[in-house]
Amino acid sequence: MTTTLDRRTVTGAAPRQPVAPHSKRTKATVLFGLIAFTVYSVAPVWWLIVSATKGQSDLYTTNGLWFAEFRLLDNFRELFTYQDGIFLTWMWNTVVYSFAGTAGMTLICVACGYGLAMYRFRGRGVMMGCIIGSFLVPHALLTIPSFLLYTDLRMIDTPWAIIVPSFFSAFSVYLAKVYAEGAIPHELLEAARIDGAGEYRMFFVIGARLMSTGAATIFLLGFVGSWNSFFGPLVYLRSQDKWTVMLGLYSWLKVKVDNSTDLTGLVVVGSIVSLIPMVALMVSMQRYWRSGVTLGSLK
Amino acid sequence: MSRADSMASPAVMTWRRIAAIKGASFTVPFFLGFVLFTAVPIVLALRESMYTTKSSGLGFGEKTIELSGLANLLKGVGDERFWAGMGRVALFAAISIPLIQVASVAVALLLDAATRKVAARFRLALLIPYMIPGIVATLIWIYLYSPDVGPLTPFFALFGMDADFYSGELIWVSIGNLMAWGGIGFNMLIVYAALQAVPREIFEGARVDGASELRIAWSIKVPLIRRSLVLTTVLSIIGTLQIFSDPMLFRSMAPETVTRDFTPIMGIYDWAFAQGDFNYAAALSIILALVVGLASAIFYRFTNKAPTS
Repeated sequence: MTTTLDRRTVTGAAPRQPVAPHSKRTKATVLFGLIAFTVYSVAPVWWLIVSATKGQSDLYTTNGLWFAEFRLLDNFRELFTYQDGIFLTWMWNTVVYSFAGTAGMTLICVACGYGLAMYRFRGRGVMMGCIIGSFLVPHALLTIPSFLLYTDLRMIDTPWAIIVPSFFSAFSVYLAKVYAEGAIPHELLEAARIDGAGEYRMFFVIGARLMSTGAATIFLLGFVGSWNSFFGPLVYLRSQDKWTVMLGLYSWLKVKVDNSTDLTGLVVVGSIVSLIPMVALMVSMQRYWRSGVTLGSLK
Repeated sequence: MSRADSMASPAVMTWRRIAAIKGASFTVPFFLGFVLFTAVPIVLALRESMYTTKSSGLGFGEKTIELSGLANLLKGVGDERFWAGMGRVALFAAISIPLIQVASVAVALLLDAATRKVAARFRLALLIPYMIPGIVATLIWIYLYSPDVGPLTPFFALFGMDADFYSGELIWVSIGNLMAWGGIGFNMLIVYAALQAVPREIFEGARVDGASELRIAWSIKVPLIRRSLVLTTVLSIIGTLQIFSDPMLFRSMAPETVTRDFTPIMGIYDWAFAQGDFNYAAALSIILALVVGLASAIFYRFTNKAPTS
């Protein structure tokens, strides 16, 4: 990329062109660069889509970037019936864990962010310090002791080990606080107070409504993170019927090495199915996660 | 607060205080959970690392837990295999993070230089990798690299290159490419958002003065997005030093290359769940956390002191 831009300075650095800010050469370079990156971004996904339509033998023998005999429906049938439909169990588990965990997280973290943004009380500074400080704590540090803690709490190998800890996301609280500061005028709360509204009622009637866009962003980012998580489920879930879809796909990838059965076809089709909900959610909620990203960078 | 104030309106004061207490109560559910699931594990990690579990006899007897102080931590500081993994990851981070950042900025600048209509069309396509779950992205690339099913090996063979993407020489390149593929979209988004916030008149002025597009990009746009770059870089450092799932998945394809303690976290995972030594794993976790914190702090200091020009 840099080389093409470098060439542009040598040959095309025509000074004093106030009329045409974008010269043709610049335009072509920009377009070429964007197309090159787009191909890089899209081609692997294209390979996945094409491969999902192939039978097991075509997967090995035909060109990976173009279709062969169309067997997508057979592949789906095989995926959904393999081991009595274990894949559907994994998908369902992932939906339940992600949805329950993220819904609870959004409620708890939005309330906390609202409290921190709208009230001045003793200990508030310490709380903010804890939240910002915890960004720097690596997950690695927490995983091993968390395993011991969940063992004591009898949460290992239950869905609670995945759902309950995900309620408490420091980053979401931070996002909620930043959002509340921008979205809720103090004067509005003051006016409601004079009219005799209680603090809790104000949160549900005014605060929660004004923060609904921010809450949607927090929900979306949390949902994606929870859908994609791997280390947690790997450590905390033991029995197969409680796994998430990511863990299941990983176990199928490992099978190939361990014995002679080849599950490559299933992994490919399973990957596609596992990412459909994500892509659908992200495309339909584009405006929320884009605002979330900019919100996070406003440090 | 003066005495006159509090004397003047004691009723208002109590009312204010009640409001503040109710306000504080909004944070109670979060902080209860935060203490249980973040603060307690940190304390537990410190405590666990201070003990050593010994089994008497041939591993069949009663397990005894002894207070061993800093012995585990010192053992970790001297653990060559752990530091070999750390070295691999540090070297990988030092090379891959700058490359990914440069590529992200390049894409963001390209997108920014295009007209709004063109940019909107490309942006969604460029973000497709960001929408793909990390595990699925790794699976896709594992198959693309595979000599059996992937199109890459025959493609390189066309040029007479015999590329084994799972080999010891190429494994980090393979993982780096995978991380770049998944990470450029997100970093680009942050940088692009920062660029969009810059008033267009600045660029127009520079153009009238005869600055080339590249000159504008380098001398005006890049300095303006420095804060965003520092943010994405710190996030990348923290993430890359803790790399786990990608090498773990590659391990199922190339167990000889990707050893069980290939990266620090893989080593920790192995000590805890394959060897069953949670005390030592906790000690290694602490060391890793210190290294990650130190690396981010040094980077932050370094970039904040650097002259803005």
